[in-house]
Amino acid sequence: MSENLNMEQMTSEYYDVLKEIGNIGAGNATTALAQMIGTKVDMSVPQVKLLEFKELGDMMGGAEQIMAGIYLGVEGDIEGSIMFLLKKGGAKHLVNKLMAGMGDENAPDFNEMELSALKEVGNIITGAYLNSLSTLTNLKIFPSVPDLAIDMAGALLSVPAIEFGTIGDKILLIQTQFFDETLIDGFFILIPDVESYTKILKALGIDVNITAD
Amino acid sequence: MSEIIKVGMADLNVVKSPNAITTLGLGSCVGVALRDPVSKVGGLAHVMLPDSTAIRNNSNIYKFADTGVDELVKRIVAAGGTRSRLVAKIAGGAKMFAMNSNAPVVQVGARNVEAVKKKLKELGIRLLAEDTGESYGRTVVFYPETGDFIIKSVGKPEKTI
Repeated sequence: MSENLNMEQMTSEYYDVLKEIGNIGAGNATTALAQMIGTKVDMSVPQVKLLEFKELGDMMGGAEQIMAGIYLGVEGDIEGSIMFLLKKGGAKHLVNKLMAGMGDENAPDFNEMELSALKEVGNIITGAYLNSLSTLTNLKIFPSVPDLAIDMAGALLSVPAIEFGTIGDKILLIQTQFFDETLIDGFFILIPDVESYTKILKALGIDVNITAD
Repeated sequence: MSEIIKVGMADLNVVKSPNAITTLGLGSCVGVALRDPVSKVGGLAHVMLPDSTAIRNNSNIYKFADTGVDELVKRIVAAGGTRSRLVAKIAGGAKMFAMNSNAPVVQVGARNVEAVKKKLKELGIRLLAEDTGESYGRTVVFYPETGDFIIKSVGKPEKTI
């Protein structure tokens, strides 16, 4: 097994696999979301992007764009972490929907209850992603308790970026857009450690042939 | 006309007064601002990881506290700054998520700050001020003219160190 995955050697085949994971995961997440808020939720075809750290901030509407980030660790057959990011407006909208209008969509900040609801949204979405990844690969994947932060996109993204930084100079992200009547931009970042990457690809029948360095 | 130069993640740049230099949304990364108060040449590095020797994929020298600060000093000197006069201010190194994990990445903010300080000490560059740690992101703007390092965070008053 290669010790060092070089992201730049990722072929379009890997992209397709990751896109498919994104697609199935997002599909599950949308269903779960729709059930939760009781309306129809649509999703766009996920985009998989390999970005330089420098480009990361601009990706989500600027490094100072305020976003809600849900971050959790993954253990089991694969190890790593995942992060789900939502623009603040979309997060507000979702939470308000979830709380059946009891939240205050116009208030600038989230109150305790809204924060807790948002955590639950994150829990469901990341759970759906992980479930589909687990089913798809037949690997055991256990998520840790999620943690939520609302801050500038750049600051939130520094966390997965640093994790990617230990293995390369680029970050891999899967972007999914959800919408009911409003567009909710969601970004999903899967950060497996290097060995887990190989495991995922192998479990999906991809012949992993990534050389060290 | 003065302008504000933007520095991205794992990146650095150098400016001369009256221009300023900024980096947006520092999280666990650290913004290192160096300045020669006489020539008023200054620079800012946005470092992500503490130690280039701990990682095999270390070709991007801007990414690490050790090699990033070295490079910043070199670039300031090349732009007309004098090495012996350099002074520093730093910001960032937050712990963005309160995770109960002992994964090294959770502590990376604090380790970045520590690594930057160690490097500055090694180079004999005095650290004048810092705004580090805590659990929130920071946007910083550095003015080599005055040495003012302005820090903006979400829902907090702007401060100058």
